[in-house]
Amino acid sequence: MAERRYTKTHEWVAVDGKRATIGITDFAQSQLGDVVFLELPSVGRKLAERETFGVIESVKAASDLYAPVAGRITEVNDKLSAKPELINSDPYGEGWILKLDLAGDLPSDLLDEAGYKKVTEEAAS
Amino acid sequence: MVDFGGWEMPQQYTSIRDEHFAVRQVAGLFDVSHMGRFRFGGAGAPDFIQKMVTNDVASLGHGQAQYNLLLNDEGGIVDDLVVYRGSEGFFAVVNASNREKDLAWFREYAPKDVEIEDRTFELGLIAFQGPRAQELLPCSADLDSIPYFGWGHGDVAGVHALISRTGYTGEDGFELFIAADKVGEAWDAILDHGRSAGVLPAGLGARDATRLEAALRLWGNDMDETVNPYEAGLGWTVKLGKGDFIGRSALEKVKAEGPRRQLVGLKMQPGDIARHGAGVSVGGRRVGVITSGTHSFFLGFPIALAMVEARSLQVGDRAAVEVRGREAPAEVVKLPFYRGSARSLSDKKESRHG
Repeated sequence: MAERRYTKTHEWVAVDGKRATIGITDFAQSQLGDVVFLELPSVGRKLAERETFGVIESVKAASDLYAPVAGRITEVNDKLSAKPELINSDPYGEGWILKLDLAGDLPSDLLDEAGYKKVTEEAAS
Repeated sequence: MVDFGGWEMPQQYTSIRDEHFAVRQVAGLFDVSHMGRFRFGGAGAPDFIQKMVTNDVASLGHGQAQYNLLLNDEGGIVDDLVVYRGSEGFFAVVNASNREKDLAWFREYAPKDVEIEDRTFELGLIAFQGPRAQELLPCSADLDSIPYFGWGHGDVAGVHALISRTGYTGEDGFELFIAADKVGEAWDAILDHGRSAGVLPAGLGARDATRLEAALRLWGNDMDETVNPYEAGLGWTVKLGKGDFIGRSALEKVKAEGPRRQLVGLKMQPGDIARHGAGVSVGGRRVGVITSGTHSFFLGFPIALAMVEARSLQVGDRAAVEVRGREAPAEVVKLPFYRGSARSLSDKKESRHG
């Protein structure tokens, strides 16, 4: 399994060659509370780095979803339309959101596990 | 944890969805110790309370409780509260965010022969709510002898409690007033006793969802000092014929002219959660705003309350609500959205009284 990297805005990305899988972090899902709905894009759409690609609606609030990396969407997690709670129960596994064909290099400001942990500790304090 | 009226409260203990279902299908235990609790004593207390609130407290016997409103002179809702009558006077439970305001309000009007005591920090308050609450409460008292909106005394898990058959979920259940240093013990014992049956501790998220399904108004969202009881659909709590009370003359005028606004229930499409403050329109014309909205896990669709111009919407009508920058379709539905087990109790009570 590819190593996960994180953004300060609480997305994760796992890269395997030219393929990337993205989702939101465990910290993000715990802050959002129970997810009830996702508005997601279609396969084939090209996303720029940091582009807003959808909306995640939880009991508490609606939040934008940002692309942590640039690429073309090859797969959307269809299970989430019927079971949005997968984001809460398994954010790094069954709760993945999109798969992309990467375009260009990875952004240099992606965080590793330790770096992201620091961000969440600051956010929680 | 979130800040709620100055108290740190859990939005959920495990998951709002699971806690919500526990309350509707078994029972859930809420910590509502943040709510303000006042005691009123002295010879002048009955007349004083009667002048402060909208409902007729003179009709209350010992061991009975009643839903009430505090109004300002313009008829706006200062707070909503439950008034309890006992042999030694009255007790009131008010919203946490309004505790200090209400206390000052009562004290401003209180004559010398009325004593008002803030008991909020000496007493804990927990609410055990659900269709199986009576069966699953470990309690020495004969709970059948406590009717809906009645209260009595008893031991809960060996701890002395004032037990009130009231709540904020639409379900049958009990609110338990217990000394602050003992309430944790009772809390743990109730959860231990009910765990295998599916009892869960429930947080603010489940509380908001269940109260909204039951169309129980939330002060600060669905009503405030600019909203009168008729607009909020709470005219049933106003007894204009009981004698004078604060706000009565303003309400007589509202009643004669008809309220300018009304609170309506909206059913939304899956995913379209109408949030507080979102605009509501009909045929492109704005008629009001959303006052409360959430996703109902139990009903399977989002629900909302909206304060709209009087007669602009009726049950069955279609409206549009701003959701994520677009117009989402909504249907006006009858309130409450859901009738829980509390209803059968109130029906029985009504039939008993004729």
